[in-house]
Parts: sequence; structure tokens; C-alpha cells
Amino acid sequence: MALVLTEEQQLLRDTATQFFQERLPIANLRKLRDTKDAIGFDRAVWKEMSDLGFAGIMISEKYGGTDFGPVGLGLVLEQSGRTLAASPLVSTVLLCGSAVQLAGNATQRQDILSAIAAGERVMALALEEGPHHNPTRIATRATADGSAFRISGKKTFVLDGHVADQLIVAARTGGNDNDRAGITLFLVDPKSDGVKVTRTLMVDSRNAADISLDNVSVPATAVLGSVDGGIDVLEQVLDIARIGLSAEMLGLVQEVFDTTLAYLKERKQFGKVIGSFQALQHRMAVLFAEIELSRSVVLDALSALEARRNDVPLVASLTKARLSDIATLMTNEGLQMHGGMGMTDQFDVGLFMKRARVAAASFGDGNFHRDRYASLEGY
Amino acid sequence: MLSPIEIEPLKKETSMEALEKFRQETRAWLEENCPPSMRTPMTSEDDTVWGGRNAKFTNPEAKLWLDRMAERGWTAPTWPKEYGGGGLSKEENQVLQQELRRIKARPALSSFGIWMLGPALLEFANEEQKKEHLPKIVRGEIRWCQGYSEPGAGSDLAGLMTKCEDKGDHYLVNGQKIWTSYADKADWIFCLVRTDPSKKHDGISFLLFDMTTPGVEARPISMISGASPFCETFFTDVKVPKNNLVGELNKGWTIAKRLLQHEREMISGMGLGGVGSGSGLGGLEQAAKDYYGEVGGRVASPSLRDHITRQKMDGKAFALTMQRSAEEAKAGQGPGAATSIFKYYGTELNKRRFELLLEIMGTKALGWEGEGFSGDEIGVTRSWLRSKGNSIEGGTSEVQLNVVSKRVLGLPD
Repeated sequence: MALVLTEEQQLLRDTATQFFQERLPIANLRKLRDTKDAIGFDRAVWKEMSDLGFAGIMISEKYGGTDFGPVGLGLVLEQSGRTLAASPLVSTVLLCGSAVQLAGNATQRQDILSAIAAGERVMALALEEGPHHNPTRIATRATADGSAFRISGKKTFVLDGHVADQLIVAARTGGNDNDRAGITLFLVDPKSDGVKVTRTLMVDSRNAADISLDNVSVPATAVLGSVDGGIDVLEQVLDIARIGLSAEMLGLVQEVFDTTLAYLKERKQFGKVIGSFQALQHRMAVLFAEIELSRSVVLDALSALEARRNDVPLVASLTKARLSDIATLMTNEGLQMHGGMGMTDQFDVGLFMKRARVAAASFGDGNFHRDRYASLEGY
Repeated sequence: MLSPIEIEPLKKETSMEALEKFRQETRAWLEENCPPSMRTPMTSEDDTVWGGRNAKFTNPEAKLWLDRMAERGWTAPTWPKEYGGGGLSKEENQVLQQELRRIKARPALSSFGIWMLGPALLEFANEEQKKEHLPKIVRGEIRWCQGYSEPGAGSDLAGLMTKCEDKGDHYLVNGQKIWTSYADKADWIFCLVRTDPSKKHDGISFLLFDMTTPGVEARPISMISGASPFCETFFTDVKVPKNNLVGELNKGWTIAKRLLQHEREMISGMGLGGVGSGSGLGGLEQAAKDYYGEVGGRVASPSLRDHITRQKMDGKAFALTMQRSAEEAKAGQGPGAATSIFKYYGTELNKRRFELLLEIMGTKALGWEGEGFSGDEIGVTRSWLRSKGNSIEGGTSEVQLNVVSKRVLGLPD
């Protein structure tokens, strides 16, 4: 049984639904945006989320996690997408937590995973170097210096990079700029000499940073996984993030669909509600179909992760491509059907559209993932 | 959605051991009784066994296979035994279907009687009618056709006008049907007729009659694909015995709708890509490598490669949704809202698949007949043309979208 939720999972979903609606409604994101909040998410609420077990959802009980698994995390992310909740779930739990879980040694796991599960540490993955997702295009270099390494390079679009207590930096210890081999992951303290963090304000009012590293010295113990072998870990971590982000986008898409449907039943023109016009009805029916298909691929991808199926890369690309595209389509259609009101900041649909674009661009958009899917399938 | 098993009076629980025993027995029986040629792929449409008074078998083993399966009631495995069916539980039927697939057995019988009429008779017909018609359907003795659409009643099916008058000891039918699949080859018709002109939905009745009755005439229609599977069917003073009415007078619309559900389910399966010719081409990506060329293991055209991927991804997403719906039904959550999109999405997907095959194969998919094209290539051309009807028959895509808008989304008129 993979595509139907268990009772336990339904319970978790209900808890998450209630939590995000009460504690992190869209008003919360607006407030963070309008006050130009220095952190960009609510630390106190993040602590509450970890108390509920959301932060440790993928972390084993040994480290204080709840070990609810990928399907559980997907349900939480989906609900977070419905209220555009700003939290370090993606940066800290999906990306860095997974990386440490997969590649960390005993000391690293003990230190980092328990801190994440407790909600006490925010982490960020410094990977991208250009405007398009490309996990092998890494020019940042780490050169051996005795038993230590010295890292130099420029990273961009580092999610939660400006508030992270600890960074995971992908740097090249060998090979050329586009090689798969020669990439190494390093744990880096952002307060180290030579690290410069510049917050970037993104259209979705979430948090990201440009990070430059200038001859930053890290000890050998900072290596996460094996030297030169980082791509294997990265790809697994990215697939988890792609699937998790797709779950978030599913929630986002469903919310825009629901609010648009409600608006069509209430807004009147020509003496009748505009939802009575077939030109709008058919577009909503098509969107309904696309969302049903989207839900199926997200559930399948989450259960692929949970069951450690060997087609995870394939379903991750299928899911991220579909949800990126449908999130774009749904927010465009939702805005259009809200008419002039959809263009105002007062209405939420614009916020959803902005978030949809950033989520679509994160870890590969539809173009990236269709190309990857075809390559994985051998054509 | 009602499947035949749900209307079976006695629901059987089958224990795991009993099921395993059933599997062993079934496997042994099939081993002994499924003729070798019936385990090979069909080579043309003509190999399909439709049964009927004028049944055609391209191979004597096809008849043997039908007779053996029918004797056990396995052409309609879940129908009650008293009507000639197999009397199998849902679980036993799953095992049977698995075992049939395992040996790649051809369908012993393809039949509108089994797919569409039978389930409706089991639910709505009286005892006498069930005893009369169901066993003949199981054995493939009578081939049925469906008299639904009329020249003036397509998407608006309930606007049908074929007149049925009560003449005391019989009904008198006058009118015309269209798009009657294989009416020229069928023995009997199940037909929607107007018994009360003063009402719309509540003036329709469900009638069965023999196609050899005087006054019945079927004329095949030439289609764009070159085939003629559909007919115009004319009724001129056709006398029908009164006990051929199924259900109550003027209550035929309920039966009609249930039947349409079965029909739509049948058609939506097409989106899964298994139906239609071109299967000999080895999938879209292989066809693209063969007909367009490859560079470094990739389809030579990046644009075509992207289109293929979109198609494959949507096909996969659709298949997963059908699977999810089945799992939800199994988990007792009832047919989810998702089922309402299957007919629409499946047929649109199938049409897109053929358009893509045309792009992939270029002029090789634009041959009509004769030299210069393989059977698979001609098959693609003809199936491409045939696929256009998928989103028209059994409720157009537009009607399906209306249904979703109104019944699922609750949008007003």
C-alpha cells in the first residue's frame, strides 16, 4: 500500500494542518516581510515545530528524532505549503539533516542530528554557483593544506544562508568545473575568517544568501563523507529535497485551487457568479485533473523514498518537473481568475505565485528534470 | 462505481490457503486447456473473438479456447453461476487474471455483452431476462450492440427521439440510431427509446430486441481511418415483445447512466498506452532513435526528446492515479473524485501519444496502404485517425469537463 495514507499518517496530517493554520498563517509571512525581519522566520515557532517532532521527522530516535519517515515529512511540508509557512524545514531538515544522516560519521551525526531535532541549529547547504540549478558545476576549490583544507569560491541562492549556524559547502577537491568526480562536502562555521555572508531578498520573502569564501581554513574533521565522493551524497540529498519541495508545492497548488474555486462561486459579473461561465469551469476542471495527477506522483515519490526503492532519482525528477510546472500554471490561472484583485498585494494569490516560482527554480525546474529523466531512461 | 461482484447476492470470502489452492488448480487447468496459438500475440484486429450467431474465428483453436473458457463461466468470471458465470470472488478473479496474463493468453471473448450490458442486466433485469440473456453472453452465442446516440442526440443523449409506442400486446419502435458499434454484425441490440415525449430524462426506457426483427436495418459508416466499425441503424415499425423491457417503463435513464460508467472506464484505459497499434515499435524513445536518429545515446532532436519526456511523465502520472484510485477503493474509501477525470485525461493522453508518434515517424506514419510501409507503420496511421474519436465517444471531453465542474467542483449553471 503506497498511495493511500495510514491512520497514523492521517493523524499527523491533521496535526500539521492545525499547526500551520494557527501558528504560521499567511499573515505571519506578511509580517516578516513588512517588518523586514532580520531572521526571516519565527525562531520561537521553529522551536515549537521541533517540540512537535517536525524537525526530527527524518531523524532516528537515537538522536532525539521522531523517525516518522519521508511520507510523514511530506505531509508536514504539504500543509506548510498551504500557508506559505517560512521555516528552516527545507534547508535544515531536508537538505542538511539528510546529508549528515547519509554521509556523517558517528561524531558528526551525534552532534548535528540531535541539535537539528531539538530545533537548536539552523543549517544551510551552499551548493549553487549560477542562476540555474547544476550540482556538478562547481568552481569553488578546496585545496589541501597539511591535514586541513582551504576553501575559496562564491556560492549563491543558499537557502537560510544568512541565519545558518553551520554550513555545508560543496567544493571541488579534484577534477574540472563540470566533472562529477572531485566534489567534496565540508562542514563550515559561517563565522570563520574569510566567510562573507550577504543576505539576498527574494521575491517570495523567504531567506537566502550569497556566500563568498576566501581562503577559509577548515580541519580534516570538517569533511562530510569522502573526499572527492560528494556527488553521490549530493544527488541523494537533492532527490530528497526535490520530493519534499514537491510536497510543499502540492499544498501550495491545492490552496490556490481551493481559494480560486471559492472566489468563482462568490464574485458576480453580468448578474451571475463568474463560476457559472463555461470558459472558467473547463479551466478549473482541467486544473483539478492536473492536481489529482500531481498528488499521485508526490505520494508515490514519498513512498519510494520510504521504501528505499531504486527508482528514486527517476520519480524525483518526474515529481519535481510536474509540480514545478503545475505550480506555475495554477498560480497563473488563479491570478487571472481573481481579475484585478489578484494583482493587489492585499490578495494572497500573488504571494503564492512568487513562492511557486522560487520553489520551481530550486533544485531544478521542469526543463532540468525532463532532461535528467530522459538521460536516466537512456534516451 | 458498481462492479459485477458487488451485485452478486452471495459475497464469498476466500482464505489465503483456499486462494493458493485455487491458483494451483487454475494454473494446471490453463496449462492443459489454453491452446498454444492462444498464447501468442494477436496479429491483427481480425483475431479478436466477438462471438455471435455469425462468429468468425481466424483459427480453430480460438473457438476451442472460447468454448473451454465459457464452459467454466470464465468469460464472465464474477457473474453468478446460475447465469452461466464463473461465480468467482473478486480475489479469485484477480488470481485468474494474473494467471491468464502469466501465460500471455489472448482474451477468449471480447463482448459488449460482458463489458456493458451484463452488469446492467444483473442489476436491473428481472429473473426471466437474466436467465434468458446472460448465459448466451457468457458462451459468446449472442453478440450485442448498443443503441444510444441519435443524429439529434449526441452529447445531449437524453434528447433522444426514437419512438416506442405501447400497442397492447407489443411495443412498436420507429426511429434512427447512429454510431452503433458493429450493428451490422450484432445479433441483438440494447436500445434507449422514448416512451414519454412529454418528459426528457423520465420519458426514456431501456429495450432489448433481435436485430433480425423485420424493420431493422444497419448501414456501416466509412470513417476517416478507412474502417467502418460504426453504423447508422434504422427502425421502421419494429415490433418488440413487451417482456423485452428492462426495468420500469420510463426509468431507462438510470440504467443508461450506469452503462455509460462501464463504457467510460473501458475507454479511459487507453491513456495507459497499451491500446492501439505501433506497439511493435518498442516505445516512443526507441521509435525516435530509429526514425529520427541519436547522438551520443540521446534522441537527436532536443525538442522531440522533451516532448517524449512530457508524454511519458504524464502517462506515468496518469497510471499512478488509476492505481491510487484502485487502492483507495480497496481501502474502503469509495471511488474518489479522481475517477471523474479518467475518461477525459486518458483519451486526451492517447490522442497526444499518436500525434507524437506522427512527429517521430515523419512521412513513415503518413502512408495509407500498400508498398513502402510496414504493418506497424500503417497501423500507427490508422490508429492515429481512430484515436480522434476517443474524446468524442462515450461522452466528449467537453461533457466530461462539465461533469467535473458541476458534480465535483460544485460550480453552478
